[in-house]
Amino acid sequence: MVKYIFKRLIISIITIWLLATISFFLLRTLPGNPFQTEKLLSVEVQERMMAYYGLDRPLIEQYFTYMKNLLRGNMGYSLKYTNRTVNSIIASTFPISAELGLRSLAIALPIGLALGVASARKRGKAVDYICVIVAVIGVSIPSFIMGSFLQYIFAIKLKILPVSQWQTPAHTVLPTVALALSLMATLTRVMRASMLEVVMQDYVKTAKAKGLSEGRIVWSHQIRNALIPVLTMLGPMVTSVLMGTFVIEKIFAIPGLGQHFVNSITGLDYTMTMGLTIFYGTFLVFANFLVDIAYGIVDPRIRITK
Amino acid sequence: MSNIPIDLPKDAFSHMNAGSTESEIITRPSITFWADARRRLFKNKVAMIGLSIIIIITMLAIFVPIFSQYSYTKQDLTNTNAPPSIEHPFGTDSHGRDLWVRVWVGARVSLAVGIFGSVIPGIIGVVIGGISGYFGGKVDMIIMRFIDIVMCVPNMIYIILITIYIGTGPVALVIAFALTGWMGTARSVRGMILQLKEQEFVLASRTLGASSATLIFQHLIPNTLGIVVVSMTMGVPAAIFQEAFLSFIGLGIAPPIPSWGQLANMGISVFRVYPSQLLIPAVLISVTMLSFNLFGDGLRDALDPKLRM
Repeated sequence: MVKYIFKRLIISIITIWLLATISFFLLRTLPGNPFQTEKLLSVEVQERMMAYYGLDRPLIEQYFTYMKNLLRGNMGYSLKYTNRTVNSIIASTFPISAELGLRSLAIALPIGLALGVASARKRGKAVDYICVIVAVIGVSIPSFIMGSFLQYIFAIKLKILPVSQWQTPAHTVLPTVALALSLMATLTRVMRASMLEVVMQDYVKTAKAKGLSEGRIVWSHQIRNALIPVLTMLGPMVTSVLMGTFVIEKIFAIPGLGQHFVNSITGLDYTMTMGLTIFYGTFLVFANFLVDIAYGIVDPRIRITK
Repeated sequence: MSNIPIDLPKDAFSHMNAGSTESEIITRPSITFWADARRRLFKNKVAMIGLSIIIIITMLAIFVPIFSQYSYTKQDLTNTNAPPSIEHPFGTDSHGRDLWVRVWVGARVSLAVGIFGSVIPGIIGVVIGGISGYFGGKVDMIIMRFIDIVMCVPNMIYIILITIYIGTGPVALVIAFALTGWMGTARSVRGMILQLKEQEFVLASRTLGASSATLIFQHLIPNTLGIVVVSMTMGVPAAIFQEAFLSFIGLGIAPPIPSWGQLANMGISVFRVYPSQLLIPAVLISVTMLSFNLFGDGLRDALDPKLRM
C-alpha cells in the first residue's frame, strides 16, 4: 500500500509538471498580449508593461523562473488585477465556490443516489417512471436556464429569496438548488443504470438463495457494487463543482472562482490562467487518487495488493 | 421422485426416422443483433416520441427559413420587441427581427454543432481508442498518459483557447469540440478492445492471417459500436448544451448568426420585460436535449443486452 501510494504520488507530480509545461507554452503561442486588449494602451506603454512583468525575456528563461516560483508555491502576480497575486485571488474566491459546491453536493448526493436505488428497485413501476422522467428532465435543462428561471420565479416574482449576491444563508438557497438539481439528475441516472446492472449478477442470486434478507442483499450486495461507477464519476464531478460554475456564479453574481476561468483566458492573463489550470489539475489528480483508495473500501476485489 | 409405475404399452414407442432433418429446419429467419435492436427500439414508445420531436424540429429548421418572407438579418426598427402575433409567431427582437425565422435558423446552427460536435469527436475517439487498446504497450501508455494529463484541465479552457486561435462560429466550435471531446470515448473504447482482443474469434482471425487493420476495423471496432453509438447520441445534447453555454457567455456563435444559446443570451437581457424572448429558446434547447436523451436511453436499452428484462 505504501509503495502504491508512493508510486501514485510520483506519477501525480509528473502529470502536474507536464500539465504546467504544456499549458505554459500553449498560452504563449496565443496571438496578442495581455495589455493590448483593454484600455487601448500605446505600444510603448504595452512594451514597458511587458518588461515590468518580465514578459520580454526569452521564453525559456521565463519558463524556468515560473517553475522555480511554482516550486515555492508562488504563482506570481495577476496581469489584470493590479498588485494582486494569483495565490491571493484563489485564496479569496475558492472558499466561496467550494462552499456553494459542497452545499449542492450535500443535497444532490444522498437524494440522487437514493432516487437511483429506489428507481432501480421498482423497475417498471410508477416510482421508476417518475424518477426517470425527473432525472432526464433534470439533465436536459441547462444550468443557465434553470438558474435564470429559479431566479425569476422565486426572487423577482414571488420575492421570497434574494435575487443575487452571496451574503446571508438565504442568498445561498437559489444557486445551491440550481446547481444541485442537475447534479442530482446525473447521479440518479448513473446509480439507476448501475443498480440495474448489478441486480442480475450471480452473487445476488447466490445471496437470495442463501436466504439473506432483502435489506441485507440490497445494502451490502447491490448498492456496494453499484457504487463503483458512481465513484469513478465522482472525482471529476466534485472537482468541477468545487472549482465553481461560471454560469451559476454569473447569474447570481457570486464572487467565486468560476468567473476567473473564463475571464483570465479571454483577457490573456497568463499567470492567472496558469495558476487556475495547475490548481484545478492538482485538485483533480488528488480527487482521483482518493477515489482509487475509496474503491478498495467499497470493493475488496480492487484492493491494491502490490 | 415418485415410484408409481406407469403403465405404458410397448407399442406406444416407435423409432424416430434417423434421417429426418425436419427438426433441423430453421422455420423463422434468424434475427441479427442489429435487427433485434431496431425492433426493440421501435417498440419503445418514449424513444420514438423523442425521435419524432427530433425529426419535427429538424424539418422546421430546414424549411421555415426557406419559406419565410423574412430573413434572419432583416431589421424593422418600427416594430421592435413585438409580442407574438400571426405575422410574427414568436414576436420580434430588440432590432425588430422576426424571431420565428431567427429561432429556426438558430436551430440549424445548434443542431449542426450538436450533431457534428458529437459524431466527429466520437469517430476520432474510436480510432484512437482502438489503436491504443489493440497495440497496448508503449503506444497505449503514451496515449493514455496524454489523455490523463489533458483531462486534468476543464474542457471549457481548451475550447476557449481554440476559439481564440481560430475565431468563433459554428465551424470553429465543431473543430474545438472535435479536438477536445474524443478522450472519453477513446478511453472507453480502449477498455472494451482490451477485453475483446483476448477472445477466441480474434485469435481465429489472426491465425488465418488477418492484418492488424483488418482485426481492428473488421472485428474489434464493430463489436464496440453499440456502446459508441449510444455515447454519440448522448453526446449530441451535451454538445448542444456546450454551444448554448458558450454562446450564452458570448464566446460561441457571434451575432448576427443566431443560435439557441445566443438567442437565450439576447433574451436574458430583456427577460424581465419580454420573458418570451428567453422562454422560447430556453424551451427549445431543453426540449431538444430531452428528446436526444430519451432517444439515447431507448437506444441504450435496445443495444445493451445486459439491461434487458
